Amino acid sequence: MPWATRGLRDGVLTTRYPKRPDGYGHAWRGSVNVKAAQRTSEPWTELCPTGAISNSISGAPTLDRGKCIMCGRCVAGRPGDFGFDPSPEVAGVSRGALVVPPTSESEAEVASARAELARRARRLRRSLHVRHVDAGSDGSEEWEIAALLGPVYDVHRLGVYFTASPRHADLLMVTGAGSEGMAGPLWATYEAMPEPRVVMAVGTDAISGGIVSPSYATRGGVGDLVPVDVWVPGSPPSPFSILHGILLAVGLLSERGGP
Amino acid sequence: MNLVALQQPAEVEVAVDNFAATVTTRLAGGRFAGLFGSAGADGPVVLRSTISRNGVLEVVKCAVPSGGAGTPAGYPALTPAVPAANWYEREVADLFDLYPEGHPRVDPLVLPRDAEAAAPRPGSGFGRGGGHIVLDEAALPAHVSGEGVFTLPFGPVRSGVFESVQYLVETPGEDIPHVRARVYHKHRGIESRFEGMAPADGVLLAERVEGVASVAHALAYCQALEANASGPGLPRGALLVRVLHAELERAANHLDSMVRHTEAAGQAVANSRLAWHKERLLRLRAELCGHRFARGVVVIGGVAGPPALAPEATLRELAGLEADVRADTKLLMATSSFIDRLRGTGVITPEVAAARGALGPVARASGSEEDLRTHRPYAGYGLIELPEHRYRDAGDALARQLVRLEELWGSFRLCRVALEALTGEPAEGPWAADVVPADGIAWGWAEAPQGELLCMVELDGGRLCRVKPRSASFHNLSLFPEAFGGDIFTDFAFIEASFGLSIAGVAG
Repeated sequence: MPWATRGLRDGVLTTRYPKRPDGYGHAWRGSVNVKAAQRTSEPWTELCPTGAISNSISGAPTLDRGKCIMCGRCVAGRPGDFGFDPSPEVAGVSRGALVVPPTSESEAEVASARAELARRARRLRRSLHVRHVDAGSDGSEEWEIAALLGPVYDVHRLGVYFTASPRHADLLMVTGAGSEGMAGPLWATYEAMPEPRVVMAVGTDAISGGIVSPSYATRGGVGDLVPVDVWVPGSPPSPFSILHGILLAVGLLSERGGP
Repeated sequence: MNLVALQQPAEVEVAVDNFAATVTTRLAGGRFAGLFGSAGADGPVVLRSTISRNGVLEVVKCAVPSGGAGTPAGYPALTPAVPAANWYEREVADLFDLYPEGHPRVDPLVLPRDAEAAAPRPGSGFGRGGGHIVLDEAALPAHVSGEGVFTLPFGPVRSGVFESVQYLVETPGEDIPHVRARVYHKHRGIESRFEGMAPADGVLLAERVEGVASVAHALAYCQALEANASGPGLPRGALLVRVLHAELERAANHLDSMVRHTEAAGQAVANSRLAWHKERLLRLRAELCGHRFARGVVVIGGVAGPPALAPEATLRELAGLEADVRADTKLLMATSSFIDRLRGTGVITPEVAAARGALGPVARASGSEEDLRTHRPYAGYGLIELPEHRYRDAGDALARQLVRLEELWGSFRLCRVALEALTGEPAEGPWAADVVPADGIAWGWAEAPQGELLCMVELDGGRLCRVKPRSASFHNLSLFPEAFGGDIFTDFAFIEASFGLSIAGVAG
């Protein structure tokens, strides 16, 4: 009995996101942005320990958020050229969409990937069942995914449920750098899922291996192990970023004009 | 300026044939704390065994000569006399192709390889070469004995959001007479990945060895490099900020363990409440440093900067959080439907804990008093008053949770003390000293939320050539099977949660 009143003590703690923006969601580092628009005399590639920064044809830098572990060295070293972006809405529907600033080709690619995904995931919108598989994570992504089930993010309100059986799953959430030992179990889980199914790579490790790859025991992300539809960068991505990725996966954001 | 550089352990070198005997003799009154292999580009593999006696660390070292063409190198195994060495010798066999002669069962642990496949031999430079090792599960044994007993494979993909690990539960139906853990699924070869990195980049990798204990891993790694460095001492402020973040990390992990317990017990309200408190703590960490897991805080020579949140605001937030956690855990620990699930569950007796050298909260629930923060102080722990040491000896899941709760209050207190001691520090710093690590081998440690973390770092020409973090999760998971005496399937979740381990730190 005492627990019943305890449960009511602090009122509703749940975020209103995505209906309304959440103050905390936009309060800290969501990703790194490129501010520099042109070539400068100093090189930037050696600023980055994971090789996320490269030079575009024009000589201005581009940054691949799929490789960025947000260590902030570029921001600290060249604050005029790079900066943190507080928005947690960083997920992309194609690998190329994670490269900033976007090019016209990548924007066209994103549009077609999105249309294809929307067609496939249309029926999943009102009730989405999620299966998570760890393929060599550092353990922190699991905390952030588990947070979605807590009172603050509470994905049940959006019709999203976690399921034990891949037979009931619509969305496969994969974390980790793609360890050799998980290649088999991961594929077996994917195979066991009914169509239509959507795969989401959660975290920079899952996208590119981050700083953990290259190594003799990882595949540099899970993209070679299962066909990934949605990519959520971050090391680890915050619960808001993962939530945004889920909404993007089932097309719930496109109605609002996109992220 | 008051650097307390870690007192480096004394090292004794012996011939390979005397290795096991020397380790066994020196273990009297001490605890086996790990086996660290290191390979050169060619030549012998060097094995170092660490022993902790009354909090003092010592090292016994031997070089294992190569076995010649076609025969793997061997050395007399430690395990027959030192059961705690079992998993370590299996790991060394996997990674270095070294055969422990006399070991009862050299089954693959972290890297089941085809007999023909080369071992990665961390330290040899293999990690720089970009080679790939394909796993061969045929190298794993499959056996079970006893009438009506079958093996239930549990994992690596399990119900719920968990790290990948497989438990082989050997059972006649309901009881669990025996459990084996398979941890190789998420082996990432992370030790080899360090090879060739610049020391400053190594911090970023160390933080990801065990992502829920990023601060502890960064601390152990950086302190090893600082111990071997020339240059000025670390600023006092940096030492205190390290304490602050290490304690917030401990509190977050202990709360996570509590969340898992309430989930397993079906205590929905308590589960939600504690999950909320954990989220508040992660948010506070992000407000202090910009990262929910405090990555980027610890750098070689100090910390990246002062806390971004004012001490008064931090103290206010912490006070509110502590009051709520205290109220909820008080009610929880008075809820019999919860306590009954923990009491008498998963007992590690003080004898087993001592013989196997258990670490962290698991050890402190089974009669051990050891805590590196008092026994081998590091960071700012030598500068402030530490809470009185509490331990228990019932050895069950309940004792482990009671120890965690005590530590939680201790962490809140240490955060307060560190914050108060920080108020006099000028914001402009300095927050890091210009430390130049010297070549050679050095040891660092930290009391991670999971227990004693050791990190061996070897530097050559200013580049990392061998880094071996030994997480408490690795050591304690090898004790996991010992906790199943008369327990049944429904106890499994509680025993696992009460160990509070991270598989990333086990698999490497």
